[in-house]
Order: sequence, then structure tokens, then C-alpha cells
Amino acid sequence: MRFLLLVRMDADNAVEAGLDERLAGEMGKLLEDMTKAGVLLDTGGLRPMDEATRIQLANGRQVVTDGPFTESKEAIGGYCLIQARAKDEAVEWASRFLALHGPEWEMSMEIRQVDEPT
Amino acid sequence: MNPPERGGRISRGLSPADQARKAAEAAFRIEWPRLVARLTRIIGDIDAAEDLAQDAMVAAVEQWPRDGVPVNPGGWLMVTARHRAVDRLRRDATFARKLSELGREAAIGDGGETLLADLDLDHAIEDDLLRMIFTACHPVLSAPARVALTLRMVGGLTTEEIARAYLVPESTVAQRIVRAKRALAAKRVPFEVPSGPDLAARLDSALEVIYLIFNEGYEASAGDEWVRAELVEEALRLARILTGLMPLEPEVHGLAALLELQASRVRARSGPSKALVLLADQNRSRWDRLLIRRGFAALGRAQALSHESRQAPGRYALQAAIAAAHAMAFTHEETDWRRIAGLYAVLVRRFPSPIVELNRAVAVAMVEGPGPGLDLVDAVATTGALNSYHLLHAVRGDMLARLGRHQEAGASFTRAAELTSNTVEQLFLRDRASACIRYSHSAPQ
Repeated sequence: MRFLLLVRMDADNAVEAGLDERLAGEMGKLLEDMTKAGVLLDTGGLRPMDEATRIQLANGRQVVTDGPFTESKEAIGGYCLIQARAKDEAVEWASRFLALHGPEWEMSMEIRQVDEPT
Repeated sequence: MNPPERGGRISRGLSPADQARKAAEAAFRIEWPRLVARLTRIIGDIDAAEDLAQDAMVAAVEQWPRDGVPVNPGGWLMVTARHRAVDRLRRDATFARKLSELGREAAIGDGGETLLADLDLDHAIEDDLLRMIFTACHPVLSAPARVALTLRMVGGLTTEEIARAYLVPESTVAQRIVRAKRALAAKRVPFEVPSGPDLAARLDSALEVIYLIFNEGYEASAGDEWVRAELVEEALRLARILTGLMPLEPEVHGLAALLELQASRVRARSGPSKALVLLADQNRSRWDRLLIRRGFAALGRAQALSHESRQAPGRYALQAAIAAAHAMAFTHEETDWRRIAGLYAVLVRRFPSPIVELNRAVAVAMVEGPGPGLDLVDAVATTGALNSYHLLHAVRGDMLARLGRHQEAGASFTRAAELTSNTVEQLFLRDRASACIRYSHSAPQ
């Protein structure tokens, strides 16, 4: 089974807390562990939301808006695509990722199974 | 010592206790192979190591709901299991001599919760896991025993899961594993990574086990399903783990590349009613681009490593190069068959086998036509080596049909259908046989 782990965080909070050396190192170590466990298929961090563009479709018409978007503070900051044998394992890996972050961080992770034909 | 915990995970759906129990179970399943490999190294016995790991799990289920989930669940389980190992060694005189060894280890691992952050220990655990792979894949064991033991000890699958994947009773798998462990003990197989001239042959055996697991998933030899996804995924995981453990071995990357590339086609290989879809007819937009990309990357590493060490590409890297040639073609018509036939020619020269020769025949038929292809197939057939291999007859049938020899083609497809026990494949082959026979009645030969 494949799971997409989406990291959501508050943009302001992320900038304030920043990615210090310790966190970066531990995150690198966790991603290495996940790779060596044969779990991690792909991962990446996303550029800030200010740089994003949104296209909305309504009534057959498309509306293109460039960032920044003031209405939503929380945004997807990164993702991991993993292969796990059960959702519980995916949750455990996500929890290990969050556990690296100190109390100054406010973030969430969404664990979504990729729909695959069986 | 109060272990740091993951700052009280609160869940709306689950009570904290249930959540901790689930976390313990998931962590245990993830860590089990490393845990057991480490403990086997310490205590010198796989069964005893499994017992100790189980004890650690029981402790986690007891303590985590009460004290919180530790920051490093794997490290927690490892420390706890090692404490139990010490207790056990103290109690058990026959293990007494191991105590001094353990004393040395304790000096490395006294970091408690930060245990796994200790790089030395991390490497030690990886080394232990590698020892487990080489032990489980030891050539003193039969192929089915190696497969079962590898899935259990390295993949961490339960006997029930293995039995389900192989469509055999659980007791069969359990017995196979018990006997395999006994055979390892009887032959005094050391728990080690082979070195020197032994390494190449032993690595071949380990790679072969992973390849066998993959093939059973990719082309199920029996049962009603053409593909068994759990075995494909398990083999891929094992291959990926091995690339992490032996990053400098080109053939390890070669095997990983081959499996990633072949697995990329799994979704396209069975149709809506689970019927078999041949490569030529596959909807290539259903190929998994991520796995193709991973396969190309692994193949690149395999080629770079063999180039650096001035080794000729191994059998898996060559097969991966063939799979890559298919993956590069966006349509069947774009396939570079000349390149594929050339790669098969290298493969058959370096690693002669009737099955490779049969595959070469298919590629040659695509380049030069069914006539020269059939000549090659018939040359294989006359050796008799593949007489009971259904694909020999299926390939022969296909070439005969393309040459307009429908009656003979029908007979070949019928023979192929008789020889496979996979029902999806049988159906496919019988369909082709009856189409040929119908055609031979309506058209002059």
C-alpha cells in the first residue's frame, strides 16, 4: 500500500521556528532510516505559499490567482510518499517525523492512502 | 529514568491508551527484523532472539499506554530487549559465556533513549540485519526454506501472511521455518556476512531469493490471480533494504532496478476482469512512472558501480537494461527491439539459459520476423530443457500463428494451457488456442 503523508503548517510559525541544524540533521537521519527500511519512495519540501498560483474552476470558467493568499495561514509544506504494509505503520512513520519538532512548532500531518487498483 | 515521550498524542477517535497500544504494535512490526537480528547476534540463537523481542513487545504494550510513546520507539524496544537478554543470560548458564560480549556492547549502547542516534550502533544493527539475510539465504537450505525464512526474519511477515501469499496452509510455512532453523543449527551455519571468494556466491543466493519472491508475485504459478501484489511489494522492499545495506554492490542495485521496472507494469498487466494483458497490448499510461524513475536511478547506480570497479554488468543489471528499454517506449511500436535482442544476446552469452534464449527468440522475431524467431525457439525445444515450461509452447504458438500455421499454433497453445496451473493464464491460452483452431478450419493452411 502506498500512503501520501502531507505536512501542513502555519507559514508564519514555520518562518519563526525555522529549520535549525539539529532538526535538519535529525530529519535527514529519519529520511535515511525510512529509505533503508524500504519505505520511502519519494519526498520533497514545497516552496512558500506566497509563490504559489491557484486556478479555480467554477461554472466552467477558470480564475487564476497568484499568491500570497491571505485567507489561509496553513498550507502544505512538504510530502512523503511511502510504501507500508498497513495504515498503522504509515501513522507511526508520520509520528516519528512530528516527534523531531520541538514545542515551538505547530503543524499537522495528513495520512492518505493512494487509491490503487488491486 | 523518565523516558521523553511524544508530548501526549491526543486523539479524538482513540483513547490515549489505545493509541499507545497501536503505536507499540506498529513500531514493533517496523522494528522486528532489526530487533531480532541484533538479539540473534547477542544471544546466538534465532528462537531465543524472537522470544526476547516478543517480551519487549509485551513490555511496550504494558508501559506505553501508561508512560506515553517514547520519542524513539525502536531504540526503546532495543534497550528493553537487551535488558531481557542480560537477565536471560544471567539465568541461563549455557549462555553465560556470551555475557562478557554483552558487557562490551552495553558500553556502546548506554545512551538509553538516544541509542539509535549512536552511529556505531546503527551500523552494528545494519550489519546484524545483513548477517540475518545471508543466514536466511544460506545455500544449505532449499529454495522454499530460504524464501520462507527470508520473508519471516528479514521481511518481518508472520507465518500466516506468508502462507496467505503462497496459498499454502499456515502449518506448512511454520514447519518449513522450524526445519530451516534446525538445519542452520545442525550445519553450524555461522551468523555472519561472508567475505572473500565466498561473498559472490552467497550474494547470488540472497539476490535469487528476492527474485524468486518477486516472480511468484509477478507471475503467480498457481491460483486465480495473475499478480499477487503483496509479494511484489515485499520483494521490492527487500531489494530496497539490501541496497541500503550493501550500497557498493552493483548487482544489488541491478536487482532493485529490475524489480522496480518490472513492478512498474503490474497495474497494466491485468485487465478489468483480472485477465492477463500482454506487454504489446498494455495501456502504457497505466505504467507507474515513479517506479520507472526509481528503476532508471537504480540501473544508473548499478552501471556506475560496475564501471568504477571494472566489472561486467551482472545478470540482473542486464535484465534491468532490457526492462528499461521497454520502459522507454511510449508505445509498443516505439520499442527498440534491436537493442533488446542485442542485450539478450549478451545475456545468453554471459549467463546461458534456455529461458533467456527463449526470450531472445521473441526479440529476434520482432526484429527479423517470426521465421528466424521460430528457428531459435525450435532450437531450444529440441534440447528438451523447457518441454514442460508453458511459455515455451505459448511463444511457439504465437510465432506459428504469425506464420499462418494456425493448426500447429492451436496445438501449442493448448499444450501451454495444460502446463500452467494459474487459472487466469489458462483462460488466456485456451482463448488463443480456440481462436487458432477456428481460424485453421475457416482458412486454408
